[in-house]
Amino acid sequence: MTLSLLAAQAAEAAGPEGAVRWVWLAVALPFLGFLVNGALALRRPQARSVVSMVGAGVLLGAFAVAALVYLQLRSHPPETPVLVELWRWIPSGALDIRFALQVDQLSTVMLLVVTGVGSLIHLFSIGYMGTDPGYARYFAYLNLFVAFMLVLVLGSSLPVLFVGWEGVGLCSYLLIGFWYGDKANADAGKKAFLMNRIGDCGVLIAMFLLWYTTRSLDFTAIAAKAPTHLVAGGGLVTAITLFLFLGCVGKSAQIPLYTRLPDAMAGPTPVSALIHAATMVTAGVYLVARTGILFAMAPFSSAVVAGVGALTALFAASIGLRQYDIKKVLAYSTISQLGFMFLAVGTGAYVAGIFHLVTHAFFKALLFLGAGSVIHAMHHAYHATHAHADAQDMRNMGGLRRYLPWTFWLMLLATFAIAGVPGFSGFFSKDEILAAAFGRGQSHPLWLVFWGMAMLAAFMTAFYMMRLIAMTFLGENRTGAAEQEYLHDAPPVMTGPLVILGILSVAGGLLNLPAFAGGHHALETWLTPVMAAAQAVMPVEMPHGSTEWLLIAAAVTVALIGLLLGWRTTLARPIPTAAAAAPETGFARVLFRKYYVDEIYDALIVRPVVGISRLVLWKGVDQGLIDGVGANGSASLARGLGWIGSRLQSGQLGFYMVVFLVGAVWLLRAVAR
Amino acid sequence: MLLGPSLLLSAVLFTIGVVGVLVRRNAIVLFMCVELMLNAVNLTFIAFSQVLGLGGQVMVFFVMTVAAAEAAVGLAIILAIFRHTRSVDLKNINLLQG
Repeated sequence: MTLSLLAAQAAEAAGPEGAVRWVWLAVALPFLGFLVNGALALRRPQARSVVSMVGAGVLLGAFAVAALVYLQLRSHPPETPVLVELWRWIPSGALDIRFALQVDQLSTVMLLVVTGVGSLIHLFSIGYMGTDPGYARYFAYLNLFVAFMLVLVLGSSLPVLFVGWEGVGLCSYLLIGFWYGDKANADAGKKAFLMNRIGDCGVLIAMFLLWYTTRSLDFTAIAAKAPTHLVAGGGLVTAITLFLFLGCVGKSAQIPLYTRLPDAMAGPTPVSALIHAATMVTAGVYLVARTGILFAMAPFSSAVVAGVGALTALFAASIGLRQYDIKKVLAYSTISQLGFMFLAVGTGAYVAGIFHLVTHAFFKALLFLGAGSVIHAMHHAYHATHAHADAQDMRNMGGLRRYLPWTFWLMLLATFAIAGVPGFSGFFSKDEILAAAFGRGQSHPLWLVFWGMAMLAAFMTAFYMMRLIAMTFLGENRTGAAEQEYLHDAPPVMTGPLVILGILSVAGGLLNLPAFAGGHHALETWLTPVMAAAQAVMPVEMPHGSTEWLLIAAAVTVALIGLLLGWRTTLARPIPTAAAAAPETGFARVLFRKYYVDEIYDALIVRPVVGISRLVLWKGVDQGLIDGVGANGSASLARGLGWIGSRLQSGQLGFYMVVFLVGAVWLLRAVAR
Repeated sequence: MLLGPSLLLSAVLFTIGVVGVLVRRNAIVLFMCVELMLNAVNLTFIAFSQVLGLGGQVMVFFVMTVAAAEAAVGLAIILAIFRHTRSVDLKNINLLQG
């Protein structure tokens, strides 16, 4: 408390810009951590204590910078975004791109979430990855990821954002394939990287179109010029926003590019928590909110965003109903929750989307880290007894409440938060999304369909989350008697971050407490300067009075029934272990196999591409044309010409004489003429 | 005066040299034929110098110098070949065949 007061005073003394000038430190510190840890990974991989101090220290430092920036912004709220220009990046005629960081209310929220949740996950990683031989490499990648993520959220223009956008994709690839000795992990990394490329292509095209139409790529300039340079609802703005959304679909794992995210669970669990739940995958939501004015001007694109979001929320939640891998359930849950966020930003409720992004970062990070704690314990137990069962399959768990009480209670809190039990953070954010969708449904009936889908998805969310808790922590223990004595809670360095995230998951709703709960929409007020322009074009129509209460009652009922059903049906019958389980039948099998989407993609896209590459590009173009005609062909030609020349070199002097004479006569004739 | 017969003689000598070089296989004979051709050229120079001035006669001295140097080097080579193969027949000397 004293510390924050001191900081506030220091910010006060430094003038209106003050701490904001030092925001580059938030990016530079993790990058420095990457350099140090990267060097250590190459030279001294055993220096674990140094790696831990540097790896987590730089993040705490970055969080401190973020906190100072926030305090500065709160004491001196700027009218326009503060730009911190670092250097001229691409000076090229009319295109003059500066590498600048933009500090405003929106980027500060993201800055706090990334550094805050990131710090906790770095601390957790110290315990989780403690015995891994690639410890230094892991922290180097993780630090690099945070640096790029901060470039993404702080970038003042699309190209700078794109640097971070690509960078986090790279780090995601590196960390998914962290245990690259196993081919499946390396393949999962490759899949994520390639699917991201599809989206990145969309962002690039959107940038070209934006430059073509508005002659600017800075966010402030785009926001200023968009209303005059673009026709609202016109083809150009619709194309720009749809291409931008393609990038968001790739980065945030929406239909049809979502299949990479469940595979991304191949990485270490803290990575899943940080990159594939709390921060990187939410970058798409951030981008839509950041370019909100464009989406607000393109009603068709907004409908597409909301529709894809609602469909993804429902689709992924239904797959989550029938998964047995604890991390896969959480992965599909993440996809589903991201769908909710896109429904929000597509509805024009940008603040609700960002609000859900923040609360989701809290409770999903907690769920993943809790799952990591469970996997850590299971793995430890199997390791001690030399058993070879799957440490992530929930059918092998059960009754862990007795052995991991801390993890159980904290994960239960997060489950209540994600399901939307009143009072928990997820309740407020999800309710705001549902209310906004319903409100827009009054004038645009399509949104009533989206609302219905989201309600169904919310029900499924409550169901599969309670199923996860019941299968993992409740009922009979299925690990086996020998393993039971090795099952225990994680050390404090891992449990500590869980506790903090637990508090945030419960209390996160206070950030934007609605009027009916006695709050005054703090986050909405905070974000107003950034979002006002977009909201003016596409206002949120929140239901009021009795409708509002009915909606809340409906959402709460759905959540509670989902939780109850998930609990009762899961424990109704004894659960066989993974080895003894009978194969799924009927629709459950379709869900278990994830609607066969991976198989369909494989047959429709992967196999044809591989086939064409192998037969045409490899055997035909590369081996036939380039190798055969180009390289080997020119060599044969030279050899043939050389053979002809060598025939002249007979070694017979008489022959040389004749040739010489013929040549001399021929020359003589030419001279004489 | 005597230009025509002189040139005719030198042409005949040169042709004999050329034919000799083409048809004979003995290195010594071949060498002599080359000398014959050089001297046919010398005769041409001298014949023309009667008409065109003394430049041709000066040229003859150069040719004789070159011929002397050539004779020294050429005979040394032929001697070396003979020591190596016990023959000066050009049929056997084709080590540089490609």
